[in-house]
Amino acid sequence: MASATATGGSKSNLNVILFYVFLFLFVLVSLFPLLWVFKMSIVTKADLFQSPATTLVAPPISDNYGTIFSNPDFRRALVNSTIIAGVTTVICLFFGAICAYAIARLRFRFKSTVMTTILAISFFPAVAIIAPLFVLFSNVGLINTYWSVIITDVVFALPLTIWILVAFFKELPKDLEEAAKVDGATTVQAFRKVIVPLAAPGVFTTAILTFIFAWNEFLFANTFLFDATTQPVTVAIPNFATVYTVDYGAQSAAAVVVTIPLVILVLLFQRRIVSGLTAGAVKG
Amino acid sequence: MTTASREKKRGWLKEEFGNPERRTAYYMVLPALLIILLVAVYPVINSIWLSLHQATITQTGQFVGLENYTEMFQNEDFISGLTNTVIFTVASVFFEFIIGLGIALAINQAFRGRGLVRAAILVPWAFPTVISAAMWRLMFQDQVGVINYVANAIGLISEPILSDRTLLLIGSILVDVWKTTPFMALLLLAGLQTIPADVYEAARVDGANVFQRFFQITMPLLKPTILVAVLFRTMDSYRVYDLFWVMSNRQLESLSTYVYKGVRISQLQFAQGNAAAVFIFFTAFLLALFFIYGLGMQTSTED
Repeated sequence: MASATATGGSKSNLNVILFYVFLFLFVLVSLFPLLWVFKMSIVTKADLFQSPATTLVAPPISDNYGTIFSNPDFRRALVNSTIIAGVTTVICLFFGAICAYAIARLRFRFKSTVMTTILAISFFPAVAIIAPLFVLFSNVGLINTYWSVIITDVVFALPLTIWILVAFFKELPKDLEEAAKVDGATTVQAFRKVIVPLAAPGVFTTAILTFIFAWNEFLFANTFLFDATTQPVTVAIPNFATVYTVDYGAQSAAAVVVTIPLVILVLLFQRRIVSGLTAGAVKG
Repeated sequence: MTTASREKKRGWLKEEFGNPERRTAYYMVLPALLIILLVAVYPVINSIWLSLHQATITQTGQFVGLENYTEMFQNEDFISGLTNTVIFTVASVFFEFIIGLGIALAINQAFRGRGLVRAAILVPWAFPTVISAAMWRLMFQDQVGVINYVANAIGLISEPILSDRTLLLIGSILVDVWKTTPFMALLLLAGLQTIPADVYEAARVDGANVFQRFFQITMPLLKPTILVAVLFRTMDSYRVYDLFWVMSNRQLESLSTYVYKGVRISQLQFAQGNAAAVFIFFTAFLLALFFIYGLGMQTSTED
């Protein structure tokens, strides 16, 4: 296997070097678009249109960031994204944790039916339901409100939330809860006093993943919101292509600003995110 | 129904709902399940209903049977959406799987700089699809785009990438492969790490070569993970919307963009949009069934 090529005492240095060259290329390709677009956002217009493109930046400028931050719609969109993703995360964790606990810990007859239903929803093509939901939301006046997107985001994020939480809850030691129950705690008390604090790291990881999911959502936001007062960044930024028609620098700056919170989350919590992402897919 | 079986039925009902622990379990599962069923399942049924009528956004209209479907299959935009979606799904999942498996095999070991590699894996994954599409669009752009420049300089393309639909489709596949191959590698790596090392050791002692070890040990033991990863990616690619929408500036059609246009842009095609929505729903459902029953994927979570 490949695992035998770079480790072990008798292997040649050449293999080790090749391995690191491969790693370097892989990391470079993964990060290249972000780095390149960042570069595009800090050069002058003259440099931007130079052909062949310059690779090195002569004194970086922040004009493009000034342009987008002085645009009230962009600032509004950042706030909207934060509200939508934040509220979605809280609602998902509340219902998701309760449901996941029952699935991980309690015995009941239709457990596998419930899990299959939840799994089915995560494969569900969301576009299949936008027409009836659009009609429904229009009738009850939810179009153009945060709730239209929060409700639909919750439904499509819940399977992910439940799936990951079940995996985390299953790993927690059972003895503590049983001890609590022997001492007279009810199921709900055992859940609140024992499981919740113990599961905090897992719940936190799930929160990050749910937040990223809701922050990145586009289809529902693009369908139900058509006013800058409620649109999140995912809808606002592609529109910048029409607002700043040839201002590619401003477009680049906007893309960089939106991804920075995500890049920070990823760098800080990479270990947890990986364990959360793989928890549901792989049975250890 | 005989008395005995009715007794038996009442027996389990009593057992399920008479037992306080089980009752609590149902109370705990119900809210989440109700939310999901109300918001996801009811609209599907409504969509099917609407697709059989001359529906507009404000009224259901006259019953027309399957007319919307026959018209839909004669619509050029729908056919090109279907073709693009199928090509996109097959090509992107194929490349993601092959490259992802290669990367997973290569980094399935302890080495310095693991953290950096893991971060590099997660960055493209965490990007909003529309933002990565916008970023790549900037790089494909004919005035300032670095990729367009390079491809032109080495004679790979004769016209600007963004003005040609075939090149746009290839570009979209490239962006999808860039964005999700690392995720595929991550899942496969987690699967590889559950294969015990002594299995390989034993095979080596028995004289199995690299290829034998790969095809006789790695692939069979990795099969459950592969199926999960490929199913996830297939379902995801099949509903492609944001990437096409932003990358091509609404030029490139997929099944999902066709539905979206029917619902939100061309009100005249509302009924056909619904028919296309139902089409996506059922074909996606069949795809999932094929993976689960045809390829023997395990969905049970019981230990």
